Amino acid sequence: MADVQVAEKTSSFGFGKAERKLLTDPLESNNPVTVQVLGICSALAVTTGMKNALVMAVAVIVVTALANLITSLLRNAIPKAVRMIVQLIIIATLVTIVELFLKAFSFDSYKQLSVFIGLIITNCIVMGRLEAFAMANKPWRSFLDGIGNGLGYGLILLLVAFFRELLGKGELFGMKIIGNTGDYMLNTNEISWLGWYSNNNLMVLFPSAMFVIAVIIWVHRAWNKDLVDIS
Amino acid sequence: MGELINIFIKSAFIENLALSYFLGMCSYLAVSKTVKTAFGLGLAVIFVLGITMPINWLINNFLLSESGVFQTDLTFLRLILFIAVIASMVQLVEMIVEKFSPSLYNSLGIFLPLITVNCAILGGSLFMISKEYNLSESIAFGLGGGFGWFLAIIAIAAIREKLKYSDVPAPLRGLGMAFLLTGLMGLAFMSLMGIDPSAF
Repeated sequence: MADVQVAEKTSSFGFGKAERKLLTDPLESNNPVTVQVLGICSALAVTTGMKNALVMAVAVIVVTALANLITSLLRNAIPKAVRMIVQLIIIATLVTIVELFLKAFSFDSYKQLSVFIGLIITNCIVMGRLEAFAMANKPWRSFLDGIGNGLGYGLILLLVAFFRELLGKGELFGMKIIGNTGDYMLNTNEISWLGWYSNNNLMVLFPSAMFVIAVIIWVHRAWNKDLVDIS
Repeated sequence: MGELINIFIKSAFIENLALSYFLGMCSYLAVSKTVKTAFGLGLAVIFVLGITMPINWLINNFLLSESGVFQTDLTFLRLILFIAVIASMVQLVEMIVEKFSPSLYNSLGIFLPLITVNCAILGGSLFMISKEYNLSESIAFGLGGGFGWFLAIIAIAAIREKLKYSDVPAPLRGLGMAFLLTGLMGLAFMSLMGIDPSAF
């Protein structure tokens, strides 16, 4: 669970060991999805294909980093009683900007992702990092923390999407890789020992995303013993 | 009345927000370690859903729709207004819980403000719009959806409490098992899809 981290006394814009840690920690030992349990809903919804996952990851990185930066700049001016509304307005504004940007420059992915881009507002990673980090830290560090957590989220998103798209539809980024008809690159009907293989539609459904993330957590924690739940 | 009960049952069991649509998963997985905290969060979700649903219905029909006060189509403001209503309701719940049960307030921690970004709440409001419910139906839908989410989080919390006595492989303990369990429960709930409660 995310704890409030206390800022160390470092220079405002330095990029030393502590700052590098802010970027690399969320990738592995403090990953937002598999360790902090944030942003699961969208990780389930957009991971049916690699392309959607990639666009979503970039959008979340931008929103998290900028929302962290703005909130951190305003952190001493926000009264505690209305902080959530202020934070949500910041997030909603940034999400609207990202949505309009995608609409203007990448209309295809906008059409495919339209609902889910709006749902970045309710992606708990953004709000979770604002509450846990940006409200208590200087702007530059908060900005780096936002980028780091966005990257950690994107990493898991792409990993889950890789398995779901490849095993479910036999495709990667929409390219037909493996399947049992002629238009796939690897036609399993032509390889004698692979004739049994067919794409598993269960992987496209929601529950399978849970199973894939569970396996990722299993492998991750088997490798990094510090994360094992001892309670 | 029978119609309202049908909507309640349908939204609680057949179209369960947590296990059929996988909405509100962050708090669902993180706060389901013990039945006691899960119970508190579940009640808070029922309360917030039950209140925000009719308020959002009124906003949507009297402010944003073309037949509303302003006589113009303002539906592009829907997301921002809905989230503002939800945020203020959650802030209210937070103040009430902090005042009357500090221990529950501490154990819910960051996940109490995160009800705001619990997709089940915003998702519920958007479902209500797309299903074109009227005011009383939307209250039944809100309470039913909240009740279904409440039952789902209690169920997984109870299973996780029992799991403490099982010999789970160490790396899978806690969060990993919770993901597997939710996936299995979701598979089970998929079999309920398509049942029509009005047929009984």
